[in-house]
Amino acid sequence: MSRTLILGAVLSAVFVAAALVSFVWTPGDVEGIDIANRLKPPGAAGLLGTDHLGRDMLSMIMTGARTSIAVAIVAVGIGMGFGVPLGLAAAAHKGGLLDELISRGNDLIFAFPSLVIAILITAIAGPGAVNAIIAIGIFNIPVFARLSRGAALGLWTREFIMAARVAGKGAARISAEHILPNIANLLIVQGTIQFSLGILAEAGLSYVGLGAQPPLPSWGRMLADAQTMVAIAPHVAIIPGLAIVLTVLGLNLLGDGLRDALDPRLKVLRT
Amino acid sequence: MTFRLTLAAALLTGTAALAQQTDLTIALQLEPPHLDPTSAAAGAIDSVLYTNVFEGLTRFTNTGEVVPGLAERWDISEDGLTYTFHLREGVSFHDGTTMDAEDVKFTLDRARAEDSQNAQKALFEGIAEVTVIDPQTVEVTLGQVDGNFLFNMAWGDAVIVAPESIGDIKSTPVGTGPFKFDSWTQGDSITLVQNPDYWGEAPALTEATFKFISDPTAAFAAMMAQDIDAFAGYPAPENLPQFEADPRFQVLVGSTEGETILSTNNQMAPLDDVRVRQAIAHAIDRQAIIDGAMFGLGTPIGTHFAPHNPDYVDLTGLSGHDPDKARALLEEAGYPDGFTTTLKLPPPSYARRGGEIVAAQLRAVGIETEITNLEWAQWLEEVFRGKDFGLTIVSHTEPFDIGIYARPDYYFQYGKPAFQELMMTLTATTAPEKRSELLADAQRMIAEDYVNGYLFQLAFPTVADARIEGLWLNQPTQATDLTGVRWTE
Repeated sequence: MSRTLILGAVLSAVFVAAALVSFVWTPGDVEGIDIANRLKPPGAAGLLGTDHLGRDMLSMIMTGARTSIAVAIVAVGIGMGFGVPLGLAAAAHKGGLLDELISRGNDLIFAFPSLVIAILITAIAGPGAVNAIIAIGIFNIPVFARLSRGAALGLWTREFIMAARVAGKGAARISAEHILPNIANLLIVQGTIQFSLGILAEAGLSYVGLGAQPPLPSWGRMLADAQTMVAIAPHVAIIPGLAIVLTVLGLNLLGDGLRDALDPRLKVLRT
Repeated sequence: MTFRLTLAAALLTGTAALAQQTDLTIALQLEPPHLDPTSAAAGAIDSVLYTNVFEGLTRFTNTGEVVPGLAERWDISEDGLTYTFHLREGVSFHDGTTMDAEDVKFTLDRARAEDSQNAQKALFEGIAEVTVIDPQTVEVTLGQVDGNFLFNMAWGDAVIVAPESIGDIKSTPVGTGPFKFDSWTQGDSITLVQNPDYWGEAPALTEATFKFISDPTAAFAAMMAQDIDAFAGYPAPENLPQFEADPRFQVLVGSTEGETILSTNNQMAPLDDVRVRQAIAHAIDRQAIIDGAMFGLGTPIGTHFAPHNPDYVDLTGLSGHDPDKARALLEEAGYPDGFTTTLKLPPPSYARRGGEIVAAQLRAVGIETEITNLEWAQWLEEVFRGKDFGLTIVSHTEPFDIGIYARPDYYFQYGKPAFQELMMTLTATTAPEKRSELLADAQRMIAEDYVNGYLFQLAFPTVADARIEGLWLNQPTQATDLTGVRWTE
């Protein structure tokens, strides 16, 4: 196992664990506003101090991780759930009208800057975690559709697929039974990367006020709230900033590590 | 030798320029949508133009007093219905045309016309007729006695405009003030230059640039780097101690006409029940909101009236922080387990931060709120015009605006007939003691009906270079009067 993979896995696991633990326990109350104890530095009140309304930062980060992870998981789920079948269908009908429609549709969505459109969607549909998920999810669809179409195209010319066709299996069955398992490793790697992008997008949307709404903590909004306090209490900005950086870094390392571990061709190259 | 002379000359002029710096860059949070104060509600227009470019018959001073403006003096008839304004001699507009009685008639008739776009049409409603006696004299006849008339004429919405320049007023404002409009770089700044033909005392500044910076972080950076000389209405109270500690700057904390309230939809169940509104009032801890959202800046209020007004009645006692009483009232109203409503918050920090604190305080007595953060345009659309809200937090910055409670179609929809009657009596009353009495009744009526949650009077922090003097401390109306501003060294 590579060091990248281990580091990535550890960082990711820490944040997933923080999010899971927050369901049952947090050191403080994320809705407990205590003005008298606001902006306390780390160590003085709780492990990570308190924010501008006196809420425990560690609890906010833990619950915020939950928001980020939930948004990112569902968004990646939407991307995979719609994107992979579309990509496989396109590959199965290479050159046909369906392929053409799906591929051009992908190009169309890719042509838009994703975060700007996400802002547009949430501005029209109203701010909130659910709309943020949908906005981020839509942009994950073409990513997975393209990836699976490209990978599947290569497989369709292989002998074992030929054999399956000769055996009388239809395109849908071949895609599900033979193509999908063979591209799963690629999808997992891409999923990890998209997951980190989803966390970043959620933070971006909450930063401009279009993501999860208060009192639900969100890293992006914590950063936005902390903006004017950097000079008087730097920890309120540094802590959520670090949380975002470390999580995104961790997931990217994990994605890289997984690719190295799962892709046999790279293994051959290395050795 | 020549070199030395040049150097000496350069040094001399250099010091001279330093000694009499006459330009000023002052920042404001909001950029005006256009530049016609007589056709929009946006206070940002007045913040730039009031008294600087446009003047009215009367005007507000820093302390809120109404003093003569373009009208040098006036006579009021015995019955209080006819005001004869004597205009100043030699006043001209920036385009060179003279300002005379015809312009006053044009302005007032335009403002009270059927199709008038004036945002404060009510100010002119009492006017029955405007007659030009001679170029320096104009007679205004009222339909009924209006004790507020001279006050109304001081508003930014009542400044005198000319028929010659009205067509382009939104982009090229032409007024009579000590500064002329020079240029507007949209999204960035507006520049004014001194008007050499001003009728009154010439201001010390020759040029003034208004910069628009709404982002608190950018405001802090611009001020610290001294890219701007002053910031009127500084957006982040948490940074003020740093400026106070820095000898380069001075911090002025004045008062505004901004009653910051937890506006309540009086027509939406269960908020239409006075017991529920009273419960909300008792659930709120004002001091926690002032400390938490405004870092201590702000005066608690118990009704919709500015505490610095001599007629203010302190009614904060009617709605002291008492969660137990709030719970009891909710139970009495039939909501022992509380209820859920919406809390829609516009962008200012008093609303966003204050909203989270209010939400926590309401949750403590069982009222759940769904918070939605809105941009101003959305807020105006959904809340102000659409009336689609349960609760919202907003500061009402117009001076002496208790009259909005008489309007049943105003967004919080109170408009109780008894209150309307009270306002009508008030308008028809001129005797000061009687007016004070009526105003006290009005304040008490809305406080006892718990129409809205009354939070605090918005403070007005100004951060400025320590060498500047003459900036307005208070905001009796939205204005950045530069006539008295000068550099001291």
